[in-house]
Amino acid sequence: MLCDDIGEVLAATADGSVSLDDAARRHVEQCLRCQAELVQYRKLLRTLRTLRTEVLEPAPGLLAEILAQVEAAGERHAVRSLLSGRRVAYLGGLAAATAAGAGAAIVLTTRSRKARLPLAG
Amino acid sequence: MTAELADLVALAKEGDQQAFEELVRRTYSDSYTLALRLTGDEDDARDVVQESYLRAYRGLKRFRGDAQFTTWLYRITANCAANQLRRRTRHRHEELDEDSGPVMDADHDPAVLADAADLRARVEGALALLPPRLRAVVVLRDVYDLPHEAIAAELGISESAAKVRLHRARRKLRSEVFPGREDEQDEEQAHAV
Repeated sequence: MLCDDIGEVLAATADGSVSLDDAARRHVEQCLRCQAELVQYRKLLRTLRTLRTEVLEPAPGLLAEILAQVEAAGERHAVRSLLSGRRVAYLGGLAAATAAGAGAAIVLTTRSRKARLPLAG
Repeated sequence: MTAELADLVALAKEGDQQAFEELVRRTYSDSYTLALRLTGDEDDARDVVQESYLRAYRGLKRFRGDAQFTTWLYRITANCAANQLRRRTRHRHEELDEDSGPVMDADHDPAVLADAADLRARVEGALALLPPRLRAVVVLRDVYDLPHEAIAAELGISESAAKVRLHRARRKLRSEVFPGREDEQDEEQAHAV
């Protein structure tokens, strides 16, 4: 087995996502170059993980810019909701008025028929 | 802290604007840090963060809460950063080949190498030298612990491509942070073929 064959998986071994098979493990145990590489990957990955806790502060003004954008988006959303709400109310009112008109027409028609019946007899 | 963020998320999902703004206040430095690590440019990072919060605001109702809010935000930030880098590439015709990039002026003193703070500075320097598409993968995987699947989804690449990039990025980082391997050049060339 060659160092280059193992080099492909040493970093993955260092982060624990891959286990070396027996042949590879035997090679690493006897190969100073691969051992050194494995140690370097472990140090590298450990150091990369420590960067997670580091916060790089932005220049002043970013928070205000984000909040202004979010606020503007919120206002646009509110206006759209209001308009769509009014549209629904308008259409609802129109439907109710139509239904009421139709109902009134039926009532009037029925009454006028009833009124004509005695005359027919 | 996490529970408080979860409470704020719940309120924001119900339309509480102030709750969302509080979420921004608590997380924007962290998001900016990620954006800066991914783009390597302060102006790009600012644009990315603003775009990320707008998208988070608009998509908050789709956030199901099965992941942490911050993880969800990282994914959005990664996606926005990838888009920003694509735009930058188109506009500036930046060379993104992973074999390009300046050689780090490294101090080879083993005693200095052993120092943790110095090692951290070296890693940060080496990260900055990585091409953006390699840097994005290694930052999201090894710094922010995002799974390969999520990284691939947000960067718009396949999962296998994400793994290949991660491997290349780690190799380049190692060779920058721990210089001195005589055969490194030969190996790089062999893999580039």
